Amino acid sequence: MPQIGSFTLLLALVLSAYAFLVGIIAIVRKDDRLGETARRAGIAVWIAVTASATALVISAFRNDFSLAYILEHSNRALPLPYKFAALWSGQEGSLLFWCWLLATYGFILRLRHKVDTRLVAHASVIMSGVQIFFLLLVNFAAHPFAMTVGAIPPDGNGLNPLLQYPEMVIHPPMLYLGYVGMTVPFAFALAALIMKYPGEKWIHITRRWTMVGWAFLTCGIFLGSYWAYKVLGWGGWWGWDPVENASLLPWLTGTAFLHSVMMQEKRGMMKTWNMWLIFSTFLLSILGTFLTRSGVVSSVHAFAQSGIGVWFVWFMAITFATCVFFYVKNKDHLRSEHQLESLISRESSFLFNNVLLLVSAFAVLWGTLFPVLSEWVQGHKITVGPPFFNKVNIPIALCLLLLTAVGPLLAWRRTSTESLKRNFLVPAILALLTAVVLAFGGMKPWADIANFYALVAISLSVLVAATVFSEFWRGGRVIARHNNTNVFAGMVQLTRRNTRRYGGYIVHIGVIIVIIGFAGSAFYQSKEKEMGFGDKMNIGPYTLVCRSYTQDDNPNYRSETAMLDIYKNGKKIDTMYPQRRVYKASEQPATIVANRSTIEEDLYLVYTGVNPDTGNPIIKAHLNPLVWWIWAGAHILVIGTIIALFPNMQASKQALTEKERARALAAAGRTGSTAGAD
Amino acid sequence: MKQTRYAIVRRVGLLLLAASSLALLMGAGESQEARVDYLGHQMMCVCGCNEILLECNHVGCTYSSREIDELKQMVAHGDSDKVIYAAFVKEYGPTVLAAPTTTGFNRVAWIMPFVVFGAGLAIVVFVVRTWKRRIAPRPVAGITEAPPEKLGEFRDRARKDTEL
Repeated sequence: MPQIGSFTLLLALVLSAYAFLVGIIAIVRKDDRLGETARRAGIAVWIAVTASATALVISAFRNDFSLAYILEHSNRALPLPYKFAALWSGQEGSLLFWCWLLATYGFILRLRHKVDTRLVAHASVIMSGVQIFFLLLVNFAAHPFAMTVGAIPPDGNGLNPLLQYPEMVIHPPMLYLGYVGMTVPFAFALAALIMKYPGEKWIHITRRWTMVGWAFLTCGIFLGSYWAYKVLGWGGWWGWDPVENASLLPWLTGTAFLHSVMMQEKRGMMKTWNMWLIFSTFLLSILGTFLTRSGVVSSVHAFAQSGIGVWFVWFMAITFATCVFFYVKNKDHLRSEHQLESLISRESSFLFNNVLLLVSAFAVLWGTLFPVLSEWVQGHKITVGPPFFNKVNIPIALCLLLLTAVGPLLAWRRTSTESLKRNFLVPAILALLTAVVLAFGGMKPWADIANFYALVAISLSVLVAATVFSEFWRGGRVIARHNNTNVFAGMVQLTRRNTRRYGGYIVHIGVIIVIIGFAGSAFYQSKEKEMGFGDKMNIGPYTLVCRSYTQDDNPNYRSETAMLDIYKNGKKIDTMYPQRRVYKASEQPATIVANRSTIEEDLYLVYTGVNPDTGNPIIKAHLNPLVWWIWAGAHILVIGTIIALFPNMQASKQALTEKERARALAAAGRTGSTAGAD
Repeated sequence: MKQTRYAIVRRVGLLLLAASSLALLMGAGESQEARVDYLGHQMMCVCGCNEILLECNHVGCTYSSREIDELKQMVAHGDSDKVIYAAFVKEYGPTVLAAPTTTGFNRVAWIMPFVVFGAGLAIVVFVVRTWKRRIAPRPVAGITEAPPEKLGEFRDRARKDTEL
């Protein structure tokens, strides 16, 4: 297997180099046949990388510890799904996985080359360029098929215990699909700039691919957050860790692009801005990978430090230089067709939205890199942690929320203040009422800044929900009247007629639900107590009673579990089992959190350890309000994105009718010729 | 009329004053526990776990339990936040603070995002104003009714402009 894996990796590199170089020659010479060979070589890259990745997975299944990577990241007792997940659990394997995803995206792109053969040919060359870089890495800097030095041990070191969770089998692929997915819009955008692509088709393609990457990135970020919440056992879901921040950066710039691209599609504006947003999104994806893998910033999630950081720096420098070169060469092609006419318009709301998203991205990047900067300037590192990121980003997020509410009420070009007042009055009154009710209903915004932010966030969320609902309601009512159906059927019809707009609104609903969940964190509680048999702990409305604690042993780990009865208002409602494991292969401990999630709050129990004097377990209980909303909002967010990706009903019907018409004409032609022959 | 308006303004002013006094009184009753909770979230555990001090969940972590005990003692002693931070920095180094201080070069960390924010907003306003000035006035005379065959094209344009 190692030989097959190594050979196919080298073969993939050669094929990529062919697809890149011959692709360029074919474009320059305008030789379609040569271009076709480059396209096929690109497709063959996918086959070669798939073979290589399969070889690594089979080696993990076979416990082939002659491979250093398998020795480091697997062991005999590891369950099969985690052996599969070992593919992306270490530096070398995850880079191979990255190569495979990139090859898969390239495979799809090349199969769909008839969308626009010239544009795809250019994009394919760029994809090959990126593919070459990652294949060089896995072939020469971080080889997944490197052999074990010395005698082969009978068992492996095992997978990091923090990675032995079902979420970890899905989270990295999703995140990588998002990161790698940003290569496709980058390739199309750069291709369009290089070839001075006439028309706007490229921007439609780029936008759709960005949405795909963005959706995966969103899934990856939320799954990572869920994993941190369920696994790390500190009771939170976002710690502003450098690796978490790295995933947020391309997400923020990608979100900015998905908004500003509408200005280009509708009004032919912001072409340069959009081009650079896409370039930045791709470069930030690579920067995120660089931060995770180079050891430049310290993080609990980072891979082991290695020398591949220099490779990434060169790659980013070359990519940036290429982008600047073609931009300077062809910038005339990106001239705006229209200009802004008013500050109170949809266009300016997108502009402000972009400024806020980019400032937020800057703040996250700045905070992440500031410890490095501090070391250069002051000679010592400092910590830039949650207090900094929260103080800087929460006000920005609240401004964004306000814009999310106002934006849909603004018309393109200009909006009269009268119409704004008319549309805004009811939602504003609702939001104000919410603020008053919450303030005097126990939220006390004057008691703490966190309470104040929570109150503003929830009130603004109501404002957004009201404006979005009014949009659905108005449109749904018109359709219902026209089609003689009810308003809800009208709303469904409305969404199907303009999936992008109403899918986008559903995404906004998802965002506000997530934000309501975030706001709940202002009111969390936690308690820690040693709990012997029959001991009680009170937290919020809950009483925890220790019924028993036990120990267990299996080939993979030893475990200690507490059994706690949960009472609410004097009535037993549940029994929970927080657990602590020690994995035998690595002798590393891990917590298995017991979580009781309801729409109001999560009762989150962590088995933190045993008192060595008494032998009793120590239990930490967290009461986290509204966490359920975060995961519910994330689902809605993804559903909204999927809806937005679907073609409009009218457009697809029209396309169908045209196809039918063509088929009918062809049939008629056939009949006619037959008749003629007769 | 003027007097009535003055009375309303005075009443609103008094109401705001009363509300802010109430808020201050509520804040004055801050317990020691709440201070430990606040300060414990402004500092890090220094064992290398990169976690906020009160969120470090490592079993038997000697660093966090020692730090928390020291923090509790200092809060019980009535030390100010500044004194507590300085004592922790002296003992554990500058990385014990979870956020940059607002002194010396560290100030740059706080200022930059807001400078960029201000600059971004200023650029947007400037660009919008410049573009607005550039727009040529539209001719008012010589407008003729659009021919019927052009209406379809106009309708398509209107649909495109209003569908988002």
